[in-house]
Amino acid sequence: MKFAHILGVAALSFGAAFSGAAFAADINGAGASFPAPVYQAWAAAYKEKTGTGLNYQSIGSGGGQNQIVNRTVDFGASDAPMDDAKLEKNSLLQFPTVIGSVVAIVNLGEDIPLTLNGAVLAEMYQGKITKWNDPKIAALNKGAKLPDLAIVPVYRSDSSGTSFVFTSYLSSASADWKSNVGAATSVQWPAGAGAKGNEGVAGTVKNTKGALGYVEFIYAAANKLHATDLVNKAGKVVKPDVKTFMAAASAADWAHAKNFAASMVDTAGEEAWPIVSATYILLPKNPSNAAASAEAIKFFNWAYGEDGDALAEKLHYIPLPNAVVEEVKKAWASEVKADGKAVWTN
Amino acid sequence: MDATLSGNQAAQGLATVHKPTGRVSDPIFVGLLWGCGIFVLVLLGLIIAMLFEGGLPALQEFGISFLWSTTWNPVTEKFGAGVMVFGTIFSAVIAVIVALPLSFGIAFFLTEIAPGPLRRPIGVAVQLLAAVPSIIYGMWGFFVVVPLIAAYVQPPLIEWLGPIPLIGALFQGPPLGAGMLTAGLILALMILPFITAMFVEVLESVPSMLKESAYGVGATTYEVYRNVSVPYGRTAMVGAVMLGLGRALGETMAVTFVIGNATRMSASLFAPGATIASTIANEFPEASIGSLKLQALLQLGFILFVISFIVLALSRMLVRSKG
Repeated sequence: MKFAHILGVAALSFGAAFSGAAFAADINGAGASFPAPVYQAWAAAYKEKTGTGLNYQSIGSGGGQNQIVNRTVDFGASDAPMDDAKLEKNSLLQFPTVIGSVVAIVNLGEDIPLTLNGAVLAEMYQGKITKWNDPKIAALNKGAKLPDLAIVPVYRSDSSGTSFVFTSYLSSASADWKSNVGAATSVQWPAGAGAKGNEGVAGTVKNTKGALGYVEFIYAAANKLHATDLVNKAGKVVKPDVKTFMAAASAADWAHAKNFAASMVDTAGEEAWPIVSATYILLPKNPSNAAASAEAIKFFNWAYGEDGDALAEKLHYIPLPNAVVEEVKKAWASEVKADGKAVWTN
Repeated sequence: MDATLSGNQAAQGLATVHKPTGRVSDPIFVGLLWGCGIFVLVLLGLIIAMLFEGGLPALQEFGISFLWSTTWNPVTEKFGAGVMVFGTIFSAVIAVIVALPLSFGIAFFLTEIAPGPLRRPIGVAVQLLAAVPSIIYGMWGFFVVVPLIAAYVQPPLIEWLGPIPLIGALFQGPPLGAGMLTAGLILALMILPFITAMFVEVLESVPSMLKESAYGVGATTYEVYRNVSVPYGRTAMVGAVMLGLGRALGETMAVTFVIGNATRMSASLFAPGATIASTIANEFPEASIGSLKLQALLQLGFILFVISFIVLALSRMLVRSKG
């Protein structure tokens, strides 16, 4: 009996040591679905280079926050930044990885170049502007032949970071939207219909004449959907492209952003695309597994490099400005500590 | 010696070999069976208790009006189940209204009319409908059914029936394709095989003597169907419909794809809506632990449980009253 007991303990500890050794090399992360494509591309390239794998589960920003609060993963990922109090309470370090942009897509049956602005978009999503040939839309598109067609607003039915960014933009552009609907990962949409995921919104807009939607830029490009131009805060008409996205990223007020939560929505830059946002990683400041946290930091340190940037740009994401990357590296070295010792040094 | 003892041993064997094992194994077996039975009760009880306990803070926050309040606003954290309860029942009822006559037709065709060689392929096809995963119905609904309905079904109906007072309210709004009606139609397809299978069973259990007698006195096929087969199996059939209804109430993925997901109340068949299951599927991933939203979602789950329970209890009652 005693012998069997000892044998059992030995087998268990051996098994634990063995499995520990086998899985120590892999990093586990979960959260936001919007950066999932670039994280997966990074993971594949990184594995090829270093042998260290990354398991990233794209379960949504809320899920990522929950999992890192419960410490069931090495890092969590979230599109919406976590608020300062919650970061403090759970002793988490928050840093941005890449920047993405949201565009408004339309299906007017024919390819008419279209310009919109935040106030008009807000009224369309509130069901206050119901026809495409409304005078307010016509005023932004002088000379365009707008069809007499009902507007069908389409939104994300699942809660998502994309909705958070888009409703933040509408709140910033329209006081009426801000007080009646607000900004969140899901809101009570006053009009229109919801479709699941970026693919769902893209698909519905593609199928529905008169539809108006919003998606991450990559989905508009991949589905050959017509993305509108927007009037930005400086009053300039901007096209959705890498140049205007980058202008928004550099116009953001990073210097005064606590926990790197710099808003890139509706920034003041002349060239800036108005609906741009960073996506974030949440890392424990007091990791129980120092080695895993160090591996995660090494991974993101590599992702900030040339190879990572190239992959991100290929997938239509915008790399972070260099100054921000330097700040993030400082934070890694000074704030992530196990037993009082930094787990990673620059 | 062997020979002389064998008779005795055999006699003893019956008494001593069988009985002792019976004495030991029987209680164990019976105990295990009790365990299995109680396990289900305990598990179900725990699930109900967990849902109720998890959702209780939402119920306390909003009071009993949580059940019918039509607000679902994550920004202001005001939640109510009204839209979802309405949507759940409305879409399930549409599903049953569409599936019921079809099931009747298919079942009667299979048992009475269909020639032998056709019976099997149709029977298998119906069973295969049941085997299609619900996410496939969702995708098919989203990519095929929704555009078709938006282009060919809704515009004429809105134009013809929309202006009529009273029923007109059912046919309002822009032709989105996605909405209550589409969700109901997809649900109807999904519950059709279950209702049909049970109808077939019921119809096959009608004694052929009864039917032959009816045919013998000159009844037509329709008359035999109406006056013999259906009355004979009526309560079992009602039970089958209720079970189909129960299934439609909880269907999630397929509905999420085609219902339009709007947490607004609307009487129109074409308006987007939401069911309890679709709302949970949509909102759950972003509901953080301890948030009022998660509690409201758990309470929604509990309400769905209660609705399903009521439907199931009704169906049991109807089936039982047959005997």
